[in-house]
Amino acid sequence: MGQRTPLYDLHVALGAKMVDFGGWDMPLHYGSQVEEHHQVRNDCGVFDVSHMTVVDVVGVQAGEYLRRLLANDVMRLDRVGKALYSVMLNPVGGVVDDLIVYRCVEGYRLVVNAATRAKDLAWLQAQAEGFSVELRERPELAMLAVQGPHALERCTELLSPERAAVVRELKPFHGLALGEWFIARTGYTGEDGLEIILPAGEAPGLFNELVGAGIAPAGLGARDTLRLEAGLNLYGQDMDEGVTPQAANLAWTVAWEPADRDFIGRNALEAQRAAGGAETKLVGLVLEERGVLRAHQVVRVAGIGDGEITSGSFSPTLGKSIALARVPAGTGERAEVEIRGKWYPVRVVKPNFVRHGKPLI
Amino acid sequence: MSNVPAELRYASSHEWARLEADGSVTVGITDHAQEALGDVVFVELPEVGKSLGASEAAGVVESVKAASDIYAPLAGEVIAVNEALADAPESVNSDPYGAWFFKLKPASAADLDQLLDAAAYQASCDA
Repeated sequence: MGQRTPLYDLHVALGAKMVDFGGWDMPLHYGSQVEEHHQVRNDCGVFDVSHMTVVDVVGVQAGEYLRRLLANDVMRLDRVGKALYSVMLNPVGGVVDDLIVYRCVEGYRLVVNAATRAKDLAWLQAQAEGFSVELRERPELAMLAVQGPHALERCTELLSPERAAVVRELKPFHGLALGEWFIARTGYTGEDGLEIILPAGEAPGLFNELVGAGIAPAGLGARDTLRLEAGLNLYGQDMDEGVTPQAANLAWTVAWEPADRDFIGRNALEAQRAAGGAETKLVGLVLEERGVLRAHQVVRVAGIGDGEITSGSFSPTLGKSIALARVPAGTGERAEVEIRGKWYPVRVVKPNFVRHGKPLI
Repeated sequence: MSNVPAELRYASSHEWARLEADGSVTVGITDHAQEALGDVVFVELPEVGKSLGASEAAGVVESVKAASDIYAPLAGEVIAVNEALADAPESVNSDPYGAWFFKLKPASAADLDQLLDAAAYQASCDA
């Protein structure tokens, strides 16, 4: 038996198909993954993401510590409420994990992946040496993601007036605390929406209220196809410790300025840049024929070399299969993928297929 | 609890088989199979005229989650395939016993008796 979130019993009662995800028993879907996907793209859905790891970083050197730890620069968070996405790197420039960091009244709040929890906590702790900083994991908190074009509107109708006021105030990629609640306008679906961090004991009540108001519960299956369409990487699949941000389509998250900020991995990234950049890149693939692209299928680029699909699935929004793939840096607009012994032509595109309900390819 | 119609025969690889009045055998996948696969998005069918051995791979069903082979529950020649599945693969989920995959002219009609009956198939799913 895996770990259970405070919503486990509700998932089972709603008929969820439960699966193991990084040691957690999580809902894959509540009947139809594709239906849940469309609900989020067109209206609104609610995900239990309580398995995610929340770590608060406090202490007089919290900022300095994070400027060493993260490839993006928390100096950009010049006021309380701002958030940024970053990777943390090992000394050779490989991605230890990706995370969101929020600027709080007291220090910073990090949300890191569930499957990498133990590794991340050990890494965070090891790098904290020499800094006047305290790391507080917050396992007593739960987290719900309410995502979709109508998510904000629906939440303001359902939440208390004080919380609704916070929601109305939030700009994209901001998060604010209100008592023990933390409400952020972030997500992993390519749609507008909220991520609400709250005490575990209050999570079933909120989830019930949202679902009772007609907001569809959505499982990890829909979460995966939504994030794939949005071109958002999944740690452990599209990137890992052997991959640099440049080879993971995340060069934009590396803050090179100021040049004297010595973040972990900087030297390795600079050496890679000086040597002409990464040898591989992460691209999007579109299969125009019938079939489904899957992780680990081989990609062949004529005259250039081979690559591999890192994430692939059927795109419910586009009605065809899409994938993220790591291919040689010189790859152009066409490639082929081997599916069960047969080669299929695919289009190579920017890894961003759907945003705010609109196809981009 | 999945639906296992009593009048059909079953392979342990989760295909159902129905003997038609003209002696042909219609094949599809079971309710249990569609439920395990999740949303079906693509079905690859065998070619009409192809001779299949018992338990030979006859096609592929792809769901959002995974690709799975479908097997011929008994030996025979493919005499028809359900072209409608190309445009409506989701019918495999909504109506697994209506959304047939292909029809076989069996090498021997007696082979049908070698397949599981509903009770035995149900037992193999519960095992």
